Amino acid sequence: MKSLKWISLLVLAGMLLAACAPAASPEGEAATGEVEVFSWWTAGGEADGLAAMQEVFSAEYPNLTFVNAAVAGGAGTNARAVLATRLSAGDPPSSWQGHAGQELIGTYVAAGQIEPLNDLYDQNGWLDVMPQTLIPLISQDGNIYSVPVNIHRANVMWYNPAVLEANGATVPATWDEFLTSAETLLANGVTPLAMGEQWTSMHLLETVLLGSLGADGYAGLWDGSTDWAGPEVTAALETFQQVLTYVNSDASTLSWDQAAQLVVDGDAAFTIMGDWADGFFVSLGLTPETDFGWAPAPGTDGLFQFLSDSFVLPVNAKNPEGAIAWLTVAGSKEGQEAFNPIKGSICARTDCDPALFDAYLQSAIADWNTDTVVGSLTHGVVANDAWKSEIDTALGLFLADGDVAAFQSALATACSSSGACQ
Amino acid sequence: MNTRQEKLLAFAFITPSIIAIGIFVYGFIGWSLRVSLSSWRGLLPDYTWAGLSNFIGLFQDRRFLIDIQNTLIFTIFFLAASLVIGLLLAILIDRIKWAGNLFRGVFLFPMAVSFIVTGVAWRWLMNPATGSRISGLNLLFDNLGLDFLINNWHTTAPPWGIAFVVIPAVWQMSGFTMALYLSGIQSIPAELRESAKMDGANEFQVFRYIILPLLNPVTLSAVIILGHISLKIFDLIVAMSGKDLRLDVPSIYMWTTTFDGNNFARGAAIGILMLLGVALLVVPYLIYTNRTEIDV
Repeated sequence: MKSLKWISLLVLAGMLLAACAPAASPEGEAATGEVEVFSWWTAGGEADGLAAMQEVFSAEYPNLTFVNAAVAGGAGTNARAVLATRLSAGDPPSSWQGHAGQELIGTYVAAGQIEPLNDLYDQNGWLDVMPQTLIPLISQDGNIYSVPVNIHRANVMWYNPAVLEANGATVPATWDEFLTSAETLLANGVTPLAMGEQWTSMHLLETVLLGSLGADGYAGLWDGSTDWAGPEVTAALETFQQVLTYVNSDASTLSWDQAAQLVVDGDAAFTIMGDWADGFFVSLGLTPETDFGWAPAPGTDGLFQFLSDSFVLPVNAKNPEGAIAWLTVAGSKEGQEAFNPIKGSICARTDCDPALFDAYLQSAIADWNTDTVVGSLTHGVVANDAWKSEIDTALGLFLADGDVAAFQSALATACSSSGACQ
Repeated sequence: MNTRQEKLLAFAFITPSIIAIGIFVYGFIGWSLRVSLSSWRGLLPDYTWAGLSNFIGLFQDRRFLIDIQNTLIFTIFFLAASLVIGLLLAILIDRIKWAGNLFRGVFLFPMAVSFIVTGVAWRWLMNPATGSRISGLNLLFDNLGLDFLINNWHTTAPPWGIAFVVIPAVWQMSGFTMALYLSGIQSIPAELRESAKMDGANEFQVFRYIILPLLNPVTLSAVIILGHISLKIFDLIVAMSGKDLRLDVPSIYMWTTTFDGNNFARGAAIGILMLLGVALLVVPYLIYTNRTEIDV
């Protein structure tokens, strides 16, 4: 009896040791082992979309084991802290999620942590199926650094059609038109524009800058060819200041969806928000085009201000073949068609089947294929984290004191300290 | 067991915590100081010597100046209100013998709630929406016909918005000051009051010349405890206003500049300045208590 006890104890200890040992990942063999994919997709449509894409991956690469290393926390704040710790410990995941553009390039490329993916783009012919105006926004010095999985549009003006009709207002094509109809709406006791906490005002600012400066002027802000201290920017900031006077007084206490709720309830006529608002409206049981409507933000018709979640290839990836297999799926038609209808976004590729998507997303797909693509500031495309954080501070000070001249000079200083303007 | 052995044993028992505190408190304070004197901006450490430039930059930074102003306003109102209300509650409970224990529990209870919960609840109560969406306290005032009390609460224009954040902070912490004062009052020997009365002192005089002076050490402890909470306040404000710059304080700036902006050098500089601020409050207190303890 006693020896049996000892044997079973030994067996248990052995099992424990086996469980503690690092999972074996044979090196050198192509496309086997574990692929650890790091993201902040842990809830709702995002997590379901990731699971759908994982199924496509497992079907195509049965020898690879997908390890979901998602870290919870909105917009990836926690995940990015965890990632930074792992990178400084020299333990990168096989691939990780980040906002396409400068948020990745300015942080991780600057620190020498991710590899260019030009070869992968050539092999898969992705340059032919993604908009040409997109590629420079996710590249630096001719190197493409990430595979965009999905596309969201930032410059969308959502409205309540019933409120517009009752007040004889139309959807404004320019900010001047908006200011005119805002006066009428205000006189009738309707909040013209619903806005939420501070990041939503940065979101509004970037659409006003785009609407006032146009695609080239706006793009020039981020490479130094448009003067932040110039009169065009002054005019845009003055428009922004005027627009802010038509915003709900409790904006700073509302989240973006609470602000969108004001439009749903008819308390407000318009709101400027990214197209994840579509998913919010649909989840409330609203019918597109009758209960809620949309249009490009004033002055941005024909322009698609995008943001995108994308995946990267780390320097010294644990399983580079596996990581490339994952990136191949993330950029493929099957992968993107599996992920996006569930997540509520459109494909970065222009050849996805529109029939898979809802009414708003179909219109977004049509625009994505034809519009000029520009990047979002708030969502990490055009400025790196350090620069964006300085702009956020300048904006916060402006919201507190309303001083346009001080705001503009702070923005110009932020640009020069970022290194983009000399 | 002789004294020598006892001493060795005692030393052995506290060694682990001395080592842990040495590394995790003083070691990291030293490391933060080093980072605050570097030019670390970005994902990877950069210990290039930058001298005091991060500190000088902060004192020219409009945002940091707002932070200092907000911290001062918050601290002054928070301390004053907590002490006065805490003392009043303690006197009342001391007088009302029959339900003292009940009320002591009632007023102390908010301390069991975290600042995050307090912040979220008071964010709803102090909702500044108007018109058809009026809610919270403003709705209550509206229903009671007290329209003149309806206000924007913590969204009031700077610099006074931060003063309204004091309301939930006092709601939470005045019970704690009450408990401190109550134990202080109840530890005053009854003979002192009685002999003062026999000498012809009235109630007010007993309070003013006997009780209040004897409560000075309690006030000092309360100022230290509440003061360091208030200098480091973070969770309450984040729960009430997110990252709204009008209610910004140094700890929020430290968080956003470090983790959103990857500006570790500036974040460390803010951390060191906060440490100095708290040290200004705590170190004189420690010196004072050491001296009085030696005297006694």
